[in-house]
Amino acid sequence: MTVTVTLNGEPRELPAGATVADAVEAVGAPADGRGVAAAVDGEVVPRSTWASHALTPDDRVEVLQAVQGG
Amino acid sequence: MSALEIAGRSFDSRLIIGTGGFRSLDSMHDGVRASGAEMATVALRRVDPASRGSILEVLDDCGCFVLPNTAGCFTARDAVTTAKLAREALETDWVKLEVIGDDKTLLPDPSELLDAAEELVAAGFTVLPYTSDDPILARRLEDAGCAAVMPLGSPIGSGMGIANPYNLRLILESARVPVILDAGIGTASDAALAMEAGCDAVLLASAVSRAQDPAAMAAAMRKAVEAGYAARHAGRIPRRLYGEASSPVEGVAELT
Repeated sequence: MTVTVTLNGEPRELPAGATVADAVEAVGAPADGRGVAAAVDGEVVPRSTWASHALTPDDRVEVLQAVQGG
Repeated sequence: MSALEIAGRSFDSRLIIGTGGFRSLDSMHDGVRASGAEMATVALRRVDPASRGSILEVLDDCGCFVLPNTAGCFTARDAVTTAKLAREALETDWVKLEVIGDDKTLLPDPSELLDAAEELVAAGFTVLPYTSDDPILARRLEDAGCAAVMPLGSPIGSGMGIANPYNLRLILESARVPVILDAGIGTASDAALAMEAGCDAVLLASAVSRAQDPAAMAAAMRKAVEAGYAARHAGRIPRRLYGEASSPVEGVAELT
């Protein structure tokens, strides 16, 4: 069983029951999560709930990090 | 040079550096170091698994306070969400608020900017808005509770300097929060002029990061900001239409 979400703009199959924490890991974000933030369907998901926030089909997941800018 | 105070935080440097445009993290490190800046902006973008090195570690090493921006946002809604993501990512409630009207001029969208500023202030953010050089908009942003106002000199990355010094003067005359000249700086004299005009600080990126020698230009900008600040407080002579001799006019010999 898998769940298909849109992860940083690309369709992505994750194991059923995958959480935001799994999505963060799947995009290759730094393991300590420093400088990383995540949103599902345009809503910020606090780091404290990454491991408990289960993804549902067609969720739009954005995993962002600090980069050079401005 | 006295310290720059913004929202209860104190900075010895009055040069704020944007980290965009450096060719590498090494180049950024050298540029930020040479600038003496104590605050540096970063953007938020999708995680790129191919990227190497940590910008945050480099900025830590330079002793910089990190100021996330909302670059790339065209609506108040996106800018507010981006600021909240930055708060999560970087554990700061400071934000350089950018809401752009179009991607050709990169000029701010005034109404979206003001809406976003009001919402973020209400949510407890310390908001530093990148704004146009409109004195009325600057006042509205200040009234909304922004911790500083950051009018552009000219469009981002244009290097055109301070296009409308008259508008900047009007902003400076009435502002009760720090005024930071943001965007348009091309070379050291532009930064000095901003400080001589009475700006509290200068924020620049491309002028240093895209210079042929970023570290050398960063050092020049550091001196320019310090010189401009010093000259502002030294009390310049008035401009005169005609000359005024500096040597004594009495006691001149009759030689013919």
